[in-house]
Amino acid sequence: MHPAYSIIFFTTASGLGYGLLAVAAVFVGAGWLPAVPELGAIVISVGVALVTAGLLSSTFHLGHPERAWRALSQFRSSWLSREGVAAILAYVPVAGLAWGWVWLGEVAGVWLLAAWLTPVLAAVTVYCTGMIYASLKAIPRWHHPLVPWLYVALGLATGAVGFHLVVAMFGAANMRSAGVAVAGLLAAAVLKIAYWRSIDTADPVATAETATGLGGFGDVRPLDPPHTAPNYLQKEMGYRVARKHARKLRKITLVTLFAIPPICVALSVFAGFFLGAALAVIAALSVGLGILIERWLFFAEAVHVVTLYYGEKAA
Amino acid sequence: MTSLPAQPAPKRLGLVIDLDTCVGCHACAVNCKEWNAGGYHAPLTDFDPYGAAPDGVWFNRIHSYEAGSGADARVVHFPKSCLHCDNAPCVTVCPTGASYKRGSDGIVLVEEDKCIGCKLCSWACPYGAREFDTDAGVMKKCTLCIDRIYNENLEEVDRVPACVATCPASARHFGDLGDPDSDVSRLVAERGGYDLMPEMECAPTNKYLPVRDKQTGAGGTLPLEDASPEGGFLGWVDRLLSDASAV
Repeated sequence: MHPAYSIIFFTTASGLGYGLLAVAAVFVGAGWLPAVPELGAIVISVGVALVTAGLLSSTFHLGHPERAWRALSQFRSSWLSREGVAAILAYVPVAGLAWGWVWLGEVAGVWLLAAWLTPVLAAVTVYCTGMIYASLKAIPRWHHPLVPWLYVALGLATGAVGFHLVVAMFGAANMRSAGVAVAGLLAAAVLKIAYWRSIDTADPVATAETATGLGGFGDVRPLDPPHTAPNYLQKEMGYRVARKHARKLRKITLVTLFAIPPICVALSVFAGFFLGAALAVIAALSVGLGILIERWLFFAEAVHVVTLYYGEKAA
Repeated sequence: MTSLPAQPAPKRLGLVIDLDTCVGCHACAVNCKEWNAGGYHAPLTDFDPYGAAPDGVWFNRIHSYEAGSGADARVVHFPKSCLHCDNAPCVTVCPTGASYKRGSDGIVLVEEDKCIGCKLCSWACPYGAREFDTDAGVMKKCTLCIDRIYNENLEEVDRVPACVATCPASARHFGDLGDPDSDVSRLVAERGGYDLMPEMECAPTNKYLPVRDKQTGAGGTLPLEDASPEGGFLGWVDRLLSDASAV
């Protein structure tokens, strides 16, 4: 599948933003954070900026961005529509959290409820993002039960690293903020490795023979293409550039996303303020690079069954 | 609403494509483009039409495949357009309601004014039936020529999709596949019409008729004329020239 940069940015930025807001809200709700309004202002503004930038970015690849509001209407059948509705609903508890934490300096009563609703709606939104891909049967590597949970786990893990960075800047990093980040990264790593193993060993869902129904004669090979130049289908679904480098890119993902960040985060707790903050920055930069490669691979490794009509043997 | 119709459509209009008679002339694709460039989804893009890399929206594309090897190998011309599936994934993924399946005749359509151009429907379709119009910023697809089949300004004989009207080999048949007594349903029953990629569970309306078995005696195995004829005028000439070769 062709990896549109706007979609890669959207899914990674909004995942990170929702993860950051969710982890911060849990810390606030549980009373694990010092009541520093500046900290709340930064966490919430960064989180909301990431989520909003991601949502806006997702409209950039539309043919008609001015009609994007229509995408909220079909939540009964469409995961894309559900995601839009969930994303808008998620702003409500985040606003409540911001009001209590930053303005009132006290998270109690209805504001506490907002704090606990934030991670729920954040997770629901990111789950819907994952289901947009997982619901597509025509792309067998996406139509996999782990896909939406990977989106949730990666959003949480990247957000937790971002949260650890912000609290480290305030000198408030502790075992809890580091622990959540490390646990989130390890959980995401386990899911991602399980996912790779599963798609690498899965039997093909469809073949050139079943696509054409000509398997009775034997092996099916394209003889003449329908047109002399590549068409929309080949450009959109036939992207193969990263697939040949998939092994290397997977290793780079493992190192940058799942190896460097948890080590840096864990060490940062035991370091002093400056070294700890520097380690948290390194962890965040590494996670940022890793999640972009991971998402690019997610698209590039996906084989659409329509390519069976264009020379692919199995998908 | 992009939910599929709750009740199965009383009519299931679609195509039956005979892979045995298709000669791969692309006339159906050309007439489709010609009609639809002025029809429901008009205009259709046609970038760089005489250049090195022409590009544009086509609702119908004709592949040619080789299948098998040796004496049993076949060349099969393979037209592919929207299959107007009963369980159309392109419809349910649409976030805006632009993509829909008609309850009355089962035709799958895009309402361009509602389409935001997110392309998700083209990702959901296993068959590559939808193509994005980069100029208009909306998704386009085969309409089964709704502007022909219900068009009372046309002679009744012409009220069939453009691809069917133009096929010189009569390899394309149009009709109601929901009616078991229709000509197309009988054709499917007689010839063993099948679904493309049934594992995708889209329940396509369009059916493909398989390539027939080779007729016995036909093919490239008949012997050439005997080079050493016995008797008759040719035998005499052959004998004479064979002897003369000694000279």
